[in-house]
Amino acid sequence: MSGDVVLEVRDLHTHFFLRRGVVKVVDGVSFSLRQGEVLGLVGESGSGKSVTALSLMRLLPQPAARTVHGEVLLEGENLLTKSTGEMRGIRGRKISMILQDPQTSLNPVFTIGDQLRESIAKHYPGDDKTVMTRVIEALRKVKLAAPETRIHQYPHQMSGGMKQRVVGAIAISCGPRVLIADEPTTALDVTIQLQYLKLLKELQQSSDLAILFITHDFGIVAKMCDRVAVMYAGRIVETGPVRQVFDNPRHPYTQALIASVPKMKKQQAGRLPTIEGQPPVFSDLPPGCRFAPRCPLADERCRTTYPSSFTVGAEHTADCWRLEAAA
Amino acid sequence: MKNVPWLPMIIILTMLIAAVFAPVLAPHSPIDQNLADKLIPPFWEEGGSAKYLLGTDVFGRDILSRLLYGARVSMTVSVLVLSAGGGVGLAIGIVSGYVGGRVDALLMRIVDAALAFPAILFALLLAVTMGQGLRTIVIAISLLLWALFARVVRGEVLAIKQRDYVALARVHGCSTVRIMVTHVLPNVLNTFMVLLTLYVGVVIVAEASLSFLGAGIPPPTPSWGLMVSEGRGKIASAWWISLIPGIAITLVVLAFNVFGDWLRDRLDPKLRQL
Amino acid sequence: MTEPLLRVESLHRHFPYTRGILFAKTIGHVKAVDGIDFSVATGETLGLVGESGCGKTTTSKLILRLDEPTSGRILLQGKSIHDMQGEALREYRSLVQAVFQDPWSSLNSRMSVGRIIAETLVVTKWGSRRDIDQRVAEVLVEVGMRPEQAQLFPHEFSGGQRQRIALASALASKPKLIVLDEPVSALDVSIRAQILNLLQDIQERDKVAFLLIAHNLATVRHMAHQTAVMYLGQIVDYAPTEELFSNVLHPYTKALLSAVLPDHPDSQTDELVLAGEVPSPLDPPSGCRFHTRCPYVMPKCSQEEPALREAAPGHFAACHLNT
Repeated sequence: MSGDVVLEVRDLHTHFFLRRGVVKVVDGVSFSLRQGEVLGLVGESGSGKSVTALSLMRLLPQPAARTVHGEVLLEGENLLTKSTGEMRGIRGRKISMILQDPQTSLNPVFTIGDQLRESIAKHYPGDDKTVMTRVIEALRKVKLAAPETRIHQYPHQMSGGMKQRVVGAIAISCGPRVLIADEPTTALDVTIQLQYLKLLKELQQSSDLAILFITHDFGIVAKMCDRVAVMYAGRIVETGPVRQVFDNPRHPYTQALIASVPKMKKQQAGRLPTIEGQPPVFSDLPPGCRFAPRCPLADERCRTTYPSSFTVGAEHTADCWRLEAAA
Repeated sequence: MKNVPWLPMIIILTMLIAAVFAPVLAPHSPIDQNLADKLIPPFWEEGGSAKYLLGTDVFGRDILSRLLYGARVSMTVSVLVLSAGGGVGLAIGIVSGYVGGRVDALLMRIVDAALAFPAILFALLLAVTMGQGLRTIVIAISLLLWALFARVVRGEVLAIKQRDYVALARVHGCSTVRIMVTHVLPNVLNTFMVLLTLYVGVVIVAEASLSFLGAGIPPPTPSWGLMVSEGRGKIASAWWISLIPGIAITLVVLAFNVFGDWLRDRLDPKLRQL
Repeated sequence: MTEPLLRVESLHRHFPYTRGILFAKTIGHVKAVDGIDFSVATGETLGLVGESGCGKTTTSKLILRLDEPTSGRILLQGKSIHDMQGEALREYRSLVQAVFQDPWSSLNSRMSVGRIIAETLVVTKWGSRRDIDQRVAEVLVEVGMRPEQAQLFPHEFSGGQRQRIALASALASKPKLIVLDEPVSALDVSIRAQILNLLQDIQERDKVAFLLIAHNLATVRHMAHQTAVMYLGQIVDYAPTEELFSNVLHPYTKALLSAVLPDHPDSQTDELVLAGEVPSPLDPPSGCRFHTRCPYVMPKCSQEEPALREAAPGHFAACHLNT
């Protein structure tokens, strides 16, 4: 199932230059994504996961944000060194993105046919008939019923689930190798979410797509992902194959996060395990491990020196000093 | 503190100081005529003098002194109009927006009517029936300005109404009046303050225009608009009579507009599309 | 049998749907809530589950008296709430409170935390200024915060802390029932457990009943004693929580359960993917409203609306499959 590495991110640093100072939102993130694989990037708000995605697509809000270091290799080519014009040719065609809110992803004043046409014609210019055939093809792929009528409809005439499918159609219409999905189902009802996730899985399998799935929900990771990377305060703290991370989470944050989610198993009496404290504020990061203030296992070294990465299983690593002995 | 609009603020402050301290600052009386010294150009021109820094008009009155007293007129009218028109507009906007339904529909039709009114004609009409004077001009401009406030405030209130804390206030047992006063009003004040600064310019120009047309402050009280009007016939020869008050109007209105823009951006980025 | 704390009888809320601006004509009704009955016992939690358009938000608004029903009654301690006026209404306001989903929209940023929490007390003339201040301090501690924080303003707090403040303002008047509308959905995952634990503690200590509206079934399973499933304005499944989840008697409940994300990559669920979208509440399907998406549909389903029947002890489901 998993093939060659199609996307490799090396030591990515993205900083926000604000009036109050520099905020290091992405502070040394590395991961790789293989053909046909779904990698989950899990984190809470403020972890830097969405900014990571925007950095890969070079869609950071300017001039506030800038990627200051690192490499993003898409099929061997570094996206960070591409010109604006080159990136325009790459976005949509080789790497694509779908976002959380279907309301704002589509332009309300254009029909969905026009929006798809715009994206397809840019990468596959041709006469109108050819382009429209591709448009209808893309809508069929996302299982949107009656595509021939839909192309004349406006976004407001469609439900959230349908809109998200259109967004998906636009994203895959030009056959990208990599799809970045940033919490695409957060705004959808659960049964619609199920439909959508199944659709993504089918699309992924039929076109050998590599998906970077950004989410805060471990349930989605369990359902969709082959591998998972857990982010906390701008860094990845644990990476590994999904079964391993679920069965044997090694970073205290991952452990606590998984434990604190109510499970569907029989009704548990009593309290849920919690993580003390608040998620970190970027302007106030401790020098050592960023999770130390909330970690029940933290010691002096944790607070002063950032932990190294330790291998705890096959392709399973976690950055925690407690793992040093075992490694 | 990068983008603070220092220059506009200085201009506004200057105007306020001029208005308040005119009697102290003015070198001459603004209304006493002195025909021997008529039509003297500003001091930097040939024939100018240090006695009358900005020159004199056709009746020998010092332009600078009239300018300073004129600031007083502009400020007085602005304060009165914005208090009356702004206050009424604020109240009506809040009630209309929050209560909604038929009340809102009725009030908004009245607002539409007020805005559709030919403003200048109306003010002239009032001047004819009620006589010229401060009271007339304040009433005239207020009657037109309140509608502008009401509309914008109502829009903001419609958005505030949707916020959860308003629904929760009802759950807590608050009456409609209490909600309007303790929840809606404080959250609308930002918009209101921005509107105040942006509309000062409108009021000053309105007063100047009406005075120019003879429907505003009656002579000999100096009003900037009146001064511009008086210099009409002599623009080629004695340009300073019209141009100097004209520049004053332009600078002050610009200053308030720029300041108002900055205030809006500072207080609430959501208002940027106003 | 003792009267339950809250009882809802044959509740309907229809919104007229008009066309035309000048001479608006009512061409139909959106049947947001179309005949529901349920009750909440003192000190217990009823979970209300359903997707968009099912009517759970409208129901909560009706219970909070933010809206009037088209027909039906809501009884608090045996008395109809929509008939209440004056003193009775004031008492109602102190007995029934709410916490909403969005912690950023729930607090008036222009009011101090203390003022926000004291609002119900001030409006219902609960006591002297001193009594009120004391109660505010008390309730801040109850929700895990410090009394000094009453002087601060909402923007100085995080999402989780704001939700605690919202909870404090609901608890101030010592209510008997709190409507919780997605109380943790907008919070970070690591904070949710803190708030859920807090809610449970409060229920145990103060015997407050909760009407918990949530789309996350695991949360409902964890917190609710009873659960009702809503679809297009009606209750289609209603039972003690454990019974509802383990003895599935309605296809929609089954679909919801199978849509729940797994706890583990290897978790097996009987996957039931529903076809199509939720129909419009303007024109609900004939007979059983769910029949257009139901994989077990029979001819009877489009003709006759199934009644909410006791299909197992204490378990009420509206489905022809159970007859």
